[in-house]
Amino acid sequence: MASYNMNQVRTGLKVLEGGEPNVIISCDFIKPGKGQAFTRVKMRNLLNGRVNEKTYKPGDLLEGADVIETSMQYLYTDGEHWFFMNPDTYDQVEADAAALGGAEQWIREEDICNVTLWNGHPILVAAPNFVTREVVETDPGLKGDTSSGGSKPAKLETGAVVKVPLFIQTGESIRVDTRTGEYVSRGKT
Amino acid sequence: MTGEAVEWRPTAGLTALQRRAAMLAELRAFFAERGVLEVETPLLSTETTLDVHLEPMSSQVAAPGIEGRRMYLQTSPELAMKRLLAAGSGSIYQVCKAFRGGERGRWHNPEFTILEWYRVGWDVHRLMREVAALIETLLAGSRRLEPAVYESYGHLMRRHAGIDPHEASSQALRRAVADGSSPVDTSGLDRDDLLSRLFGERVETRFAPDRVTVVFDYPASQAAMARLNASDPRTAERFEAYVGNIELANGYGELSDPAEQRLRLEGDLANRRRTGRPLPPTPSRFLAALGSGLPYCAGVALGLDRLLGLDLQAGSIDEVIAFPVERA
Repeated sequence: MASYNMNQVRTGLKVLEGGEPNVIISCDFIKPGKGQAFTRVKMRNLLNGRVNEKTYKPGDLLEGADVIETSMQYLYTDGEHWFFMNPDTYDQVEADAAALGGAEQWIREEDICNVTLWNGHPILVAAPNFVTREVVETDPGLKGDTSSGGSKPAKLETGAVVKVPLFIQTGESIRVDTRTGEYVSRGKT
Repeated sequence: MTGEAVEWRPTAGLTALQRRAAMLAELRAFFAERGVLEVETPLLSTETTLDVHLEPMSSQVAAPGIEGRRMYLQTSPELAMKRLLAAGSGSIYQVCKAFRGGERGRWHNPEFTILEWYRVGWDVHRLMREVAALIETLLAGSRRLEPAVYESYGHLMRRHAGIDPHEASSQALRRAVADGSSPVDTSGLDRDDLLSRLFGERVETRFAPDRVTVVFDYPASQAAMARLNASDPRTAERFEAYVGNIELANGYGELSDPAEQRLRLEGDLANRRRTGRPLPPTPSRFLAALGSGLPYCAGVALGLDRLLGLDLQAGSIDEVIAFPVERA
């Protein structure tokens, strides 16, 4: 991979730091009027999500990380790994629970997910922003009690538990925002 | 026509342009009232700074009688203004552009506006108070500032970084920098680089947001063109003024001894040679002026764009300059 000097670092760049892939979230040029210049870089570790800050001197180089984001189709899980396929090349990759990071409770076979690959291996899997899933378990709410804004937990076919309005019944499909885990509407299926 | 739109519009809004014009009028009134003379000196000169941390830009100039001469865009008007002082100008000020290569960021643009002034017969502490007064005057319309505080560099470093900057070993400084919240590989950093890193990380971040903080008595190794303190030669009569943690001004009790000045310039040149930086010529007109006698004086340079940014609560220098370098 390419190396980047301090004039080339910018937000969004993927670099290696401590041997792990990071994405740069901000960089500040710091220069006292009469003193050495520095670049303060804030970056998020793509493996563990932690944000770190480091300061570099003008001559320092950052090594680029071979990180790409791509759309892949979710195939199945064996309980330990989740398998995804590149729909163009049919190449398959397997992701572990750390890469799923909770996405597993939303995704269903054939969903198209955004997968981040580092050196070809998945390190981050994002569920589609919105999914429509069947409710497999929820208390039968009280009929007519729709205006109070009350809610109750409902378990989805993929495992997630979301708060839904009282009128939602087991067997119905609902639309959910996977980024917030919030109910959006009744599903269309 | 299709394709990418050409970025021709200014990054600064009309309010910022108007406020800049008003601020220029206010600062001219400030100095007129105090009997300080406005002057102009060349932006382009054969002599420039040798400071190792400044990167002068240059141009090849040809004109009748001048054959392909390398001339430098000033990094500050200091050399030329001191020649005026030596020629008997009395107290003077100038508002002008300055140019520093390699500097671009939230509060840096390679071309920026400096307000620089010199007070003949004044000591550095008197000038420090005038700097605070000017900043407070120019920001009066937008900010209620707490009374300015004046603290020595050594005191601040001891209090906030737990380091005596005048006594600590380079090893101790290296350790402190490596342990910071934003670690840096300290190889290749000299003692002053380490001090400046510690000061930026541990001290500047503590400055109260709504007051002028003036830091004085910098280490002698960072004296630049300030004279050393007679009472403690480990320190120099150099100060910096901040609002919050934004560095606004850098001033000196001006070094007037030509021999000492020549030694420092030779040190700077040696430092430039060692680190493979360009080697501008020794500024002989400036040295000749010192040789003929620079009056006892104190001087300061203030970044006007940053002051304007503070006045307008801007998030970056781009909001107060019409065309930053990418659009220039």
